[in-house]
Amino acid sequence: MAGFEIVGRQDFSEVTYLLEIRHPMLARAAQPGQFVIVMARPEGERIPLTIADFNRGAGTITLVIQAVGKTTREMQQSCRVGTTLYALVGPMGLPSPIGRAKKVLCVGGGLGVAPVFPQARAFKEAGAYVFGVIGFRSKNLVFWKRKFRTWCDEYLLCTDDGSAGIKGTVTEGIRQAIEKHPDIEECVAIGPPVMMKAATEATRPHKIKTVVSLNPLMVDGTGMCGGCRVKVGGRVKFACVDGPDFDAHQVDFDDLTSRLKRFAEEEKAALERWSENCRLGRVAVSSPSGAGLDRKRSA
Amino acid sequence: MAKKKTIRTIPQKRTPVREQEPRERTKNFAEVSTGYRLEEALNEAERCLLCPDQPCIAGCPVGINIPGFIQKITEKNFRGAYEIITATNLLPAVCGRVCPQETQCEAVCTVGETLEPVAIGRLERFVGDAAIDGGWSAIPYIESNRFKVGIVGSGPAGMACAADMAKAGCAVTVFEAFQEPGGVLRYGIPDFRLPNVIIDAEIRNLAKLGVKFECNTLVGRLFTIEQMIDELGFDAVFIGTGAGYPTLPGIPGDSLNGVLSANELLTRCNLMRGRDFPAYDTPLPRGRRVAVIGAGNTAMDAMRVSLRLGAEKVFCIYRRSRVECPARTEEVHHAEEEGIEFHWLTNPVEVLDDGKGGVRGFRCIRMELVEPDESGRRRPIPIAGSEFEIECDLVVFAIGTNANPIIGQTSKLKLNKRGYIEADDNLATSMAGIFAGGDIVTGAATVIEAMGAGRKAAKSMKAYLGLREPESFYNAGEKVVKYFGIDEREKNFVRIRVAPAPGKEPAAVSSAEHAMPTSATGKNP
Repeated sequence: MAGFEIVGRQDFSEVTYLLEIRHPMLARAAQPGQFVIVMARPEGERIPLTIADFNRGAGTITLVIQAVGKTTREMQQSCRVGTTLYALVGPMGLPSPIGRAKKVLCVGGGLGVAPVFPQARAFKEAGAYVFGVIGFRSKNLVFWKRKFRTWCDEYLLCTDDGSAGIKGTVTEGIRQAIEKHPDIEECVAIGPPVMMKAATEATRPHKIKTVVSLNPLMVDGTGMCGGCRVKVGGRVKFACVDGPDFDAHQVDFDDLTSRLKRFAEEEKAALERWSENCRLGRVAVSSPSGAGLDRKRSA
Repeated sequence: MAKKKTIRTIPQKRTPVREQEPRERTKNFAEVSTGYRLEEALNEAERCLLCPDQPCIAGCPVGINIPGFIQKITEKNFRGAYEIITATNLLPAVCGRVCPQETQCEAVCTVGETLEPVAIGRLERFVGDAAIDGGWSAIPYIESNRFKVGIVGSGPAGMACAADMAKAGCAVTVFEAFQEPGGVLRYGIPDFRLPNVIIDAEIRNLAKLGVKFECNTLVGRLFTIEQMIDELGFDAVFIGTGAGYPTLPGIPGDSLNGVLSANELLTRCNLMRGRDFPAYDTPLPRGRRVAVIGAGNTAMDAMRVSLRLGAEKVFCIYRRSRVECPARTEEVHHAEEEGIEFHWLTNPVEVLDDGKGGVRGFRCIRMELVEPDESGRRRPIPIAGSEFEIECDLVVFAIGTNANPIIGQTSKLKLNKRGYIEADDNLATSMAGIFAGGDIVTGAATVIEAMGAGRKAAKSMKAYLGLREPESFYNAGEKVVKYFGIDEREKNFVRIRVAPAPGKEPAAVSSAEHAMPTSATGKNP
């Protein structure tokens, strides 16, 4: 198998990058809310990534990735236009139910802006009034502002340090949105677990139906290993086949956060070992955008 | 032919097989049993009485001509033995290793009434390994037809169905969601029981038959079963997706880090090569003291994998007694040799938190067996006040699996109330042209049963497609093909192609006359 060709790449910041991958069948099948599993190379691990966009005409899908662990940092270096991914499988998970809500709040926190985008677009296409709230730590991490805006009727940008948009987290954005539109019927919130938990608590008193997309550790993504189990409404669900979208007000976020740390030690060790090897030039480094990595002369 | 054998003239003792020492083998992933050598195989083959009843054939789920292949071994015609086995069983090297022979062919062996039964499984493995070493493949003459067959899942059921449909001349594509084909053989069964090279060899044989493998394809989500027929041009589809959805007990503490399914442990270790972390990126949960709940083959695999990953102590916790233990006898025996501590008639009640999100142990309760339940096995009930704690840092649940939900979620196929696909006696589903078999229909079973189901479905599929089943027999080294009892040579002007006689070199097979259907592979084998 020749692999899956990367046809586009964009770097949003030192840690966030976008890959556009050719897979016409996958582009055709993908629905908002679904994810894929990627293996960059045969020795790599399978990592789940939410589909950020799909272009059925061009036959491509878009993934937005944050370089946090060994695999995603390695991909940041190795995944260039023209290279291939060893494995790409999907779309996985249940598509997000795009109901007939008239007024919807779409919240994206950090990297979560990418997966919430197709949902915002789908709601807009379904005729809803879409209020978008996107949040980042600071101005230099902002991406897809315009792309997101085109599908929103109203929109708020929040940054933790106030360097762009309003100052504060997305919770502040949610508060303002609900204040202005008490008739919001549904909320979709995607981002890091802490952010999703905060968003959930922000909508709970208003009894607004809220959906979050969970991102637990996964191996197969087909309901086989049970590694991605989450607690929703006191019951065990597999995020890969029963989700990844769940009713936020039922989700046990503490359980999710704890389970995300399952391999924290191994992950940390792997990253340290890899960084050390990079520094010593034991692995090929092709113009890294990440900080702290030496540019090695090619051997 | 030699003089008639009797129970007194045959070697009385079953030929032992060489195995790695328990002490040594728990430190590596190499195969435990190294298999029979030539003289050992010949000696064991002599033990078969070639009795007229042939109960072993009926005892085999796919009806291998067991006395036939054993006789070929005694004649030192191993290629002949291979051809006899592969007439009914595609994967002798696999089945010789993983079949529960003691409850199938060997259970009914005539020799077994008086002495230990003939080691049929070990002989089958000997032949399968000889075929892999010799590079043999049983490729018959294939006349390609216009039919396109899709197989969902590359496990044993799918492989068996794919082989039969390819032999019937169809263009067969097997879809697999993982990055490598093999299904449970690949992700589930560890290397020390079934090495990857064996799976690779068997997959190569399928590819030689013209079967195309499409990995990284999640059928149901990338395209649906309905789309396979309506849009992708498949004339018939076989679903063999297995029952891989792990059951968790729903006891307190089961979502702690340090509690996982055997499927996850085995997939991380086998398919993802987590045992070679950090050379491979997938991390593995490594426990110092590991408790595995359940006593099936998967549980045995999980325990023995844990030992090889460096656990000091591994416990097996099973709520019934040793008699009801569903694992192969050999696996239990090997597990015991390797120092697994068995706790029969014990059930976990609660997994105990170490205060940091991990496991410090679990509380269990002693059980006793009362009258049989609907499965016919005696039902275990807890003994009040018998609770006790076992200290461990990893708990692995191997208490069974359920139907994978994806096909059910994405198609209109009729399912039963437990989520398995409903199929009739011919393995036809509620939709025309769609067949299903193996664990996704019956619930968790064995490799050979899944293969049997795959072959049965292939037979129905051929009938559905209107493919005539040529009846063939060997005649002085020449294969004569008969359709419904009519010798083709007498009834039409089609030139009869002479099929290679058994035992001839494979070169004869790949001559121009026996070319592969180019539509299937685009190249000759």
